[in-house]
Amino acid sequence: MMNDVLLEIKNLRTYFKLHEGILKAIDGVSLAIGRNRVLGIVGESGCGKSVTARSILKLVPAPGKIEGEIWFHGGEKPVNLAALPPTGNAIRDIRGREIAMIFQEPMAAFSPVHTIGDQISEAIQTHQSLPKPEARGRTIEMLKQVGIPIPERRVDNYPHQMSGGMLQRAMIAMALSLRPKLLIADEPTTALDVTIQAQILRLMKRLQAELGMSIIFITHDLGVIANMADDVAVMYLGRVVEYGTVRQIFENPQHPYTQALMQSIPKLGSKGRGRLASIEGTVPVPLDPPRRCGFADRCVHFIPGRCDADVPPLIDTEAGHQVRCILYE
Amino acid sequence: MLNYVLRRLLYMVFTLVALSVVVFIIIQLPPGDYLTTYVASLQAQGTTVDDQEVAALRARYGLDASPIEQYWLWITNFVRGDMGRSFAYNRPVAELLADRLPLTIMLSVSTLFFVYLVAIPIGVYSALRQYSVGDYLLSIIGFIGMATPNFMLALILMYFFFKYFGISVGGLFSSEYVLEPWSLAKVWDMLQHLWVPVLVIGTAGTASIIRVMRSSLLDELGKQYVVTARAKGLSERRLTFKYPVRIAINPIVSTIGWQLPHIVSGETIIAIVLSLPTTGPLIYGALLNQDMFLAGSIVMMLSILTLIGTLISDILLVLVDPRISFEKKA
Ligand SMILES: Nc1ncnc2c1ncn2[C@@H]1O[C@H](COP(=O)(O)OP(=O)(O)OP(=O)(O)O)[C@@H](O)[C@H]1O
Ligand SMILES: [Mg+2]
Repeated sequence: MMNDVLLEIKNLRTYFKLHEGILKAIDGVSLAIGRNRVLGIVGESGCGKSVTARSILKLVPAPGKIEGEIWFHGGEKPVNLAALPPTGNAIRDIRGREIAMIFQEPMAAFSPVHTIGDQISEAIQTHQSLPKPEARGRTIEMLKQVGIPIPERRVDNYPHQMSGGMLQRAMIAMALSLRPKLLIADEPTTALDVTIQAQILRLMKRLQAELGMSIIFITHDLGVIANMADDVAVMYLGRVVEYGTVRQIFENPQHPYTQALMQSIPKLGSKGRGRLASIEGTVPVPLDPPRRCGFADRCVHFIPGRCDADVPPLIDTEAGHQVRCILYE
Repeated sequence: MLNYVLRRLLYMVFTLVALSVVVFIIIQLPPGDYLTTYVASLQAQGTTVDDQEVAALRARYGLDASPIEQYWLWITNFVRGDMGRSFAYNRPVAELLADRLPLTIMLSVSTLFFVYLVAIPIGVYSALRQYSVGDYLLSIIGFIGMATPNFMLALILMYFFFKYFGISVGGLFSSEYVLEPWSLAKVWDMLQHLWVPVLVIGTAGTASIIRVMRSSLLDELGKQYVVTARAKGLSERRLTFKYPVRIAINPIVSTIGWQLPHIVSGETIIAIVLSLPTTGPLIYGALLNQDMFLAGSIVMMLSILTLIGTLISDILLVLVDPRISFEKKA
């Protein structure tokens, strides 16, 4: 089992020291991503999905500070990414080459004044000493692989000349141009309309199978998770509250929060888009959060004196299925 | 592109026609004309003035014709290169301008380069090191620069240099070169004098462009495309200059032509204080003396320069930003 793990996050804490106090965006996340598997991370807005993703590549903006361990098993020896200086050579060698990332807003993710081709070739040339014409050839090849028609022409387009769906394809082409072992996709389809969304998801699935890589797929759409993921982590207020295979999570959701999420899907089992907003209340901002279950205020099973006494531990309920809730103690 | 430039040039002609009318009205606006001022000053000195002589002069310069006729006479001659005579200097206006306009243009362009060469790197530095000691220090200096009136700075510099080094920093040339024809030595002498007016005229502009550069780069630094570049594994230095700096600089570079009017008008008072042989003192004197052909010609020439600057700006804007096309702009 251990051999099959590509990335292992242990007790990750990412804090922002603000004037108002310490914002604990990530407060003790532990996760493992298997080789060749898709891990879906799901949760409401503000629960810390993006900060988790960025922490892995040390892309958290100041004043964010990362603590804990992030072991990457892609090279000869495991590396603890969390311990690498954020602007040093070691992490830069990994960015783009071993671990690549794609983002929610394809329009904003490309520089508006450089061509798509320039930006993709640059990713290739950053890690491989390749002459310009060859890098360009590779870029065109990648654009073709992600299904962009007439890639020889598109390569010289500026972002504003392409649609959102095309740009997201180009983004995927850029991320995959160096055959990374891990792709982090932070809500790659949220900004796209439904038909384009389905196309992009199919493309990602196909490429994952073809290239044999792992994907961390971040979304707040349970339908997308059901479609894409092998394993699922449900996040709430900077912590993973439930972790399991996609079957375990959908057939046997155990955390009250996960159960509430499932009920918010219009029709169970259908591929309808589950909006998460239908749970009572909103996610609080984790500013100097008290040591208690973050979901206690919204939980239907809230037990006074227990749930607000301490942070519940992560409990194994079945093989590979963990839940952070005292109901299972 | 050619189409766009041609169309813009056509608009410029219309603008100039409208402008010439306005200029003409303004120089005609004060009661009296050059001759009445002239006669008044002669009488004040006790000289008697021959009415017939005055009448002859009025006829010669068309001063008794209707305003429309006067305008027509002025503008048609102007287009042909005959800008009339300066009453005060008793020389053709074209000659006066040929002496001074090139120096004004040179001073303006030098100032422009100075402003951009100093302001852009400092603005970039301030943004990249936001809230550092250096950033605060430069901000303070910038605010002082922005708040100090140009002429004050000129006077302070003049006083300082005279008191401590015994040098007079006025003028653009040392006395021995003023009347000399152009030579390498004269150019070198001029360059040695140039920095004072450039510094004085450029300070306020530099300070404000530092602010603009700093804030526009700060805006860009947090943008998603910067994170994308970082996620590719680029070094901080490379990605900063290729992406956010390049984009933050766009509006600044492309408005370069719009700085010209500020510089030209800022130059007027400095040129008087530092006694520079540019158009500044000339237009000031011309307006005081109601030397209408001279004043009108200078204002027209400066307007033409401004329009050319604006056109250059608009072309640059399209060249540096692929999102703007000539078709959309027009
Ligand atoms: N640069 C930052 N400075 C301060 N706080 C931040 C910063 N980035 C994120 N946060 C805080 O961290 C918490 C988690 O944010 P994050 O962006 O990871 O949420 P998310 O789960 O990705 O939400 P969404 O679905 O809206 O993308 C939020 O409370 C947010 O306000
Ligand atoms: Mg997010």
